[in-house]
Amino acid sequence: MGHKRTKSATSSAGSKGKNKGHPDDILPMVLTSATQELFGCRADEDVTGESPYKLLRKDDIVQDIKTRAAASDFSPVKQIVLDYPEEEMLLVFDKDLTYGQSFYLALTPEARDRIFKPETLEVSENEVDKSSEPKHWISLGSEQEIDEESAKETRKKLWYRFSRVRRKFGAPVCFSDRNTADAKDSHLKCASYQDSRFSIKQMQRDCGMQAVPRLQSSSAQTEWKFRKNFFTQYKPRELNKEEIEDILQAEGLKNFCNLVTPRVLLALQQEEVMNVFFDDWKVLGAGAEAGDWSGKVSEGLVLHQAFSDQKYAKDKKISSINWHPTILGVLAVALTDKKENQLDESVTFILKRAFIVFYSFADPANPQLVLECPDDILSFEFCPSNPNIIAGGCINGQVVLWDISAHVTCLQGTQTGGKKVSVDTDSFDLEDNKETEAPVVRYCAVSALESSHKFPITDIQWLPQTFEVTRTGLPVENKDKVSVQIVTCSPDCSVLFWDVRMPKLLSQSLSDRKQNADQKTQVTPFIIPETFKHLDRTWKPLFKVSLPKIDTSGEYAPLKFSFEHYTCNVKTEKDDEDDSTEVVPDYSQLRTTSARILAPLEDVNTHLYVGTEDGELVYTDWKLEKDDSGRLFSAKPLLCFNPHHWLVTTIKRSPFFKDIILTTGGWNFAIWKEGIMDGPIFVSPSSETECTVGCWSPSRPAVFFIGKEDGSIEVWNLLQNTSEPAQVYAHISNVRISCIESWTAGPKQYFLAVTDDLGTLRVFEIPKTLYIPVRKERLSVQTFFELQKDRLDDYLMRTEQWAKEKREVKKEAEELKKKTEPDKPVKSLQKSEEETRKEYSDYVALEESTLKGIGLWKNTQDD
Amino acid sequence: MDEVEETLKRIESHKGVIGTIVVNAEGIPIRTTLDNSTTAQYAGHLRHLAMMARSTVRDVDPQNDLTFLRIRSKKHEIMVAPESNFLLIVIQNPCE
Repeated sequence: MGHKRTKSATSSAGSKGKNKGHPDDILPMVLTSATQELFGCRADEDVTGESPYKLLRKDDIVQDIKTRAAASDFSPVKQIVLDYPEEEMLLVFDKDLTYGQSFYLALTPEARDRIFKPETLEVSENEVDKSSEPKHWISLGSEQEIDEESAKETRKKLWYRFSRVRRKFGAPVCFSDRNTADAKDSHLKCASYQDSRFSIKQMQRDCGMQAVPRLQSSSAQTEWKFRKNFFTQYKPRELNKEEIEDILQAEGLKNFCNLVTPRVLLALQQEEVMNVFFDDWKVLGAGAEAGDWSGKVSEGLVLHQAFSDQKYAKDKKISSINWHPTILGVLAVALTDKKENQLDESVTFILKRAFIVFYSFADPANPQLVLECPDDILSFEFCPSNPNIIAGGCINGQVVLWDISAHVTCLQGTQTGGKKVSVDTDSFDLEDNKETEAPVVRYCAVSALESSHKFPITDIQWLPQTFEVTRTGLPVENKDKVSVQIVTCSPDCSVLFWDVRMPKLLSQSLSDRKQNADQKTQVTPFIIPETFKHLDRTWKPLFKVSLPKIDTSGEYAPLKFSFEHYTCNVKTEKDDEDDSTEVVPDYSQLRTTSARILAPLEDVNTHLYVGTEDGELVYTDWKLEKDDSGRLFSAKPLLCFNPHHWLVTTIKRSPFFKDIILTTGGWNFAIWKEGIMDGPIFVSPSSETECTVGCWSPSRPAVFFIGKEDGSIEVWNLLQNTSEPAQVYAHISNVRISCIESWTAGPKQYFLAVTDDLGTLRVFEIPKTLYIPVRKERLSVQTFFELQKDRLDDYLMRTEQWAKEKREVKKEAEELKKKTEPDKPVKSLQKSEEETRKEYSDYVALEESTLKGIGLWKNTQDD
Repeated sequence: MDEVEETLKRIESHKGVIGTIVVNAEGIPIRTTLDNSTTAQYAGHLRHLAMMARSTVRDVDPQNDLTFLRIRSKKHEIMVAPESNFLLIVIQNPCE
């Protein structure tokens, strides 16, 4: 219905040729059903009265026109379609046949619009017509927002007018620089500052690394200036066999031989006859003077140093002296009281303090170390395996032990220079800490009084570290490899063996006792080394060797003794040398090992030589034997000889021969050889003065020194003269020489330490003549001893023979007497004459035969 | 050859002789009683020494000539007898 209206509305506008019934831009068409199907505008199906409009594409229409040409329904409008500016054309289904056909096509876009739009227009118009009345505006608050947002003038705009004089325009201008810093406040800086409110810590930093090889290549070039070969290798030329044959056959060789042979034979013989290059003269004096022809060779003992200390050595005599085994130049002397112990005068008990004083070469006036003893010491010795342990024998029969490990530095320090090393800050001396004070060391341990000797201990020695002895005297191997046992002797007719180790049985009880003892020791002001704590006051000897007399009852009273220092196989000797570098075992930790697990050593010589009070030398075995009841007792000594007429003062073994022993006593000395049971192999002639001490020379087997009562020293050389000393050094001292000890400080330095009864210690240097051994001296001495032995045997044999002969003669004489009793006067005379004549002829015959035997027989024997 | 042998044997059997070497003019050993290496050593060294000794003697007095050279060492004595073309070397142990 709208159509009509539209038409009426717009018909006035486009009613130009309306007679046809349709406007010009609309063309009614008839579309065949085929076309309708093609374009999808079938009547009443695709396009209906409600939706009559269909937009057709121009291209489709064109296509249809091209394909169907004249048959196409659009052929009449071909030109219009082609000219149609737009893409789509409107096709309207006209149901009511308003324009005379069922379809019509809008030919122009305007028509299309008109047809299309009017509907909208119509719709909008309708709507506009319906709601055309404007409403009153309702304020919803939007005008406030607009007011706020809009910019309004608050005041009237101001007008200013600037003007300048015209001539100034266009004038030249000069520009210059100005520093902003010149004028104050000309600029405002905004400097950067560290804001303390926060700090940024750089957690990660990138850095680059480059590995550079550590190689460096360098080169050098040497100039080979003088070209010559260093080595050449060559081979000797040799002739082959034929050539040799030829040469040998040649005449020339024969001549050569003939000429040369006599010369060669002469030379060979010359060689044989004598050695022209042997210098007899030179060889003659090779012994003593070899090497040093300075001409100032000293003949006598040169006094090296004399030591005497006013504080300790005043009014004392020296009883024993020992060189320190390891520290060079250090000596220890035992000082004893001069007066004899007069027991009945001891009404007031004076506390005597006895000392052993250490002297050092570096400081002759002051002692380096002082050992305190409970009583006078007659004899002491350094432990061979640990020179810090010293054992001494007291006058009251006790054995005393010292441990000077803490003070060794005092002794060693003085070795290097003359300056005395300052006393240690933790020293144990009570005296004021003056520079010149020597530290006083108290003894570590003393033996139990009741089990020690009853008389003074006159000799004390350590057993070497190569063996130890059990409770029965059996020598067994020493597992600890240190010296642990001591032997002492005393005129109470006993030789005691002591062990410094803690016995196993007592260790338990001792540990309890130790706690008590600790409390005790806190009281004492002295600090004593704890090495021998286990022995102190409870020390008992291992066993006792008594010396019953051989022929009579009673016992020998030993003064000195000597035993062989057993050195077993080479292996342990090497260990001994290493021992000095190894850690020395702590003596307080040593325990006696059970005798059962130790292997007995068979080849130890368990015999002792003991010198007695009466001048006898007793040779006994220290092994104890069991008697019938099972008790242990000492066997009777094997030998006893009495060469000396008074006390035996020294027994010393030769450092060169294990079995040669020198003993001095009374007015002579004797040399013994172990194993020879018949007596000393050499006894010196009795001298006018007492021999007080003897000492072998450390470097010459045939030389030894004898100290005398009058203060002189005799040097005996067995190879030179056996009836008198080789040299006598008189006036060494004014008083009796008490001790002589020798020491080597090197191959050219030999010292002799001599002490006397005034308490002075003198050290002499042994001159070259006395320490350089003669050629083959040892061998000569050995032969000498052998000769002596033979002489002794011979002598004994002869004495026996003489004794026998004497007995026979005596018997004969008696018989003769009996027989010739009746006709004594005449017959005896006759017989005696006959006898004498017979004897004389016998003698002559004997003489002849002897002289013939020797070869000195002269025929002019008739007189 | 037999004479040569005989003579050399006489020398070799003398008391104390350790060994003998006969060397030709060039220093090559012809006959020896020692082992090869020792021979080569002795021959080489002693030839030079003998030549030098000879030249020494002749330099001092041209009329003179070297007849015998003896070298005494600690262990033994080496004797060298030079002649026109050959050299005889004998090594002997001294008696003592």
